[in-house]
Amino acid sequence: MSSKFQRSNRAGWVMAGPAAVLIAGFVILPFFFAIALSFTNQRLISPNPTEFVGLANYRQLLGMAVLTVDPVTDDAGQVVMKDGAPEYPSLRSLTRNNPDYPHLQGMREWSSFDWGQSRVYILARDVVFLTAIVNTFIFVIIVAPVQAGLALGLALLINQRMRGINIFRAFYFMPVVVSIVVVSLLWRFIYDGDSGLLNNLLGAISFGAIPPVDWLGNPSTALGAIIAMSIWQAVGFHMVIWLSGLQTISPTLYEAGAIEGASKWQTFRYITWPGLRNTAVLVLIVITMQAFALFAQIDVMTNGGPLDSTQTIVFQAIERGYGKQDISGGSAISVILFVIVLSISLIQRWLTRERT
Amino acid sequence: MAAISADNHGLRLAVRYAVLILIAIIFVFPLVFMLMSSLKPDQQLLQDTASLRAFLPVGDISLANYSAAFDRAPVTLFIFNSVVVTGITVVLSLLVCSMAAFAFVFIGWRGREFLLTVILATLIVPFETIAIPLLLIASKLPSIGLDGLSTGWLNSYHVQIVPFIADGLTVFLFVQYFKDLPSELIEAARVEGASWPQIYRRIVMPLAGPVLATAAILKFLAMYNQYLWPLMVVQEEGYRPVMVGLQYFFQQNVAWGEVMAYLSMITVPVLAFYLYLQRAFIASIASTGVKG
Repeated sequence: MSSKFQRSNRAGWVMAGPAAVLIAGFVILPFFFAIALSFTNQRLISPNPTEFVGLANYRQLLGMAVLTVDPVTDDAGQVVMKDGAPEYPSLRSLTRNNPDYPHLQGMREWSSFDWGQSRVYILARDVVFLTAIVNTFIFVIIVAPVQAGLALGLALLINQRMRGINIFRAFYFMPVVVSIVVVSLLWRFIYDGDSGLLNNLLGAISFGAIPPVDWLGNPSTALGAIIAMSIWQAVGFHMVIWLSGLQTISPTLYEAGAIEGASKWQTFRYITWPGLRNTAVLVLIVITMQAFALFAQIDVMTNGGPLDSTQTIVFQAIERGYGKQDISGGSAISVILFVIVLSISLIQRWLTRERT
Repeated sequence: MAAISADNHGLRLAVRYAVLILIAIIFVFPLVFMLMSSLKPDQQLLQDTASLRAFLPVGDISLANYSAAFDRAPVTLFIFNSVVVTGITVVLSLLVCSMAAFAFVFIGWRGREFLLTVILATLIVPFETIAIPLLLIASKLPSIGLDGLSTGWLNSYHVQIVPFIADGLTVFLFVQYFKDLPSELIEAARVEGASWPQIYRRIVMPLAGPVLATAAILKFLAMYNQYLWPLMVVQEEGYRPVMVGLQYFFQQNVAWGEVMAYLSMITVPVLAFYLYLQRAFIASIASTGVKG
């Protein structure tokens, strides 16, 4: 008996060993490395020894402050007006070598608004990274529901019994097998400011009423353009996952619904949707994880521009960790990204948990 | 009455097909544009975007862009590199991950549960979060070459292969599939004195066709389309895969016809492969979701 157990132990370790060693070495080790390196000043190639720097990388990335500034007053206590608006002391005088505000040293303005007579500044140590976080969240918040919803619509459309339906399914899925790098390059033609396909189409439909837009060169449209393309590329993937969910629903439920005289909407609401619960959770989690990893589209289409309007978390991690060879800074961004992805998938799981 | 309802039915069917076709156009037009543009001289390519001619093989059609692309960059080398890296990774991945899944499902051994939990937990670690430390590790690993021992894996085939052989998703797919195989088969073989490697090779793997196809397709797509990792670890031309080779077409003056020809050359084989094995491709994506 004991000899058999021994034998199984050996066989188990021998057969699972290669996969275990590779995953430990190339996934788990780098994961813990990322955490460890984020507390150091490690660079890819450096003559100086690596030092422990505590939370400095995180403070540099996430450091923020709120500063309320009162208007400049003259000797009589009157607010100095300039061009009809109260004048405020320049921000630079407060954040550069000002002994009264040592904690603001080196910070820059991220955003500001007026509060009564005073002006409130939101300052950040790393304005670009904060913008990258906000952009990534905008991307995820739009892509997750829209892509999941459109994919479900396509799955319902393609789940009908019609001649040749498989051909359409094959077409809808096509962009998924094409590299996102290739897709991004092709869409640069669609979004081109002068002779882009989209501008030509809009011009033709509106008989020239809609003027051409430089979709990727305009800070207010660039992120939206990338969002639309990303949804187009991956929606077929999630259509197929929904489709496999749809096909697990027993046809007898639909027959029962038809006998009861259920309307199309009632059938969807009370038979289809409850049957798709697990699929919905999976689709949302997968889309969210993919969306947070947004990189190739940015790298090929905009490089984070114009005016940082398409900066993302992963693009920043790569730009620092690889571009500037600042391994520790890139690692700290990676850890921040992982914490965000983990918390969001835990929240999603909790929100969609089975209620008993 | 009957005639009216038949007409109605016909009309509704026509509307349905019209919707399906319209959506299909939305999904394929960039690819049609790519193929057609690859046949046109630059000037015509840019002019044609103003009309439907962009999607038609009209005007001055030739394969000149293709030969120009070969002159500009070592296209054959890039395709060869991608095929080597993708092919080796897929084969090793199927072997290593199926063996591990076999051990997890059929063999009782100490540490089994723990190890499986850890491997499945890696599914929520996006590659992008480990890319930077992995770059540091790859740059420090020892490497044995013709000129003896050296440091660093950068600029090689193995740096593009080894980190991707084993992954949580592939192990998961095999585990799910093996769980549904009848366990009597394995028990009977054990009683007859077959060793574990024998059972793996003679009984389980011959039954694993569908999951092998699924895992191979997913791995193939992920590897062939890989961009971020080779971008960081391969600077030398000799080891560049197709996606990174694209950079050659954006140095100095960009010739869009050549870009389109190159994109077509690296995309059409995959598309043809996909259309040929369409059902298997779609089934492979679907199987990642069934039990999720």
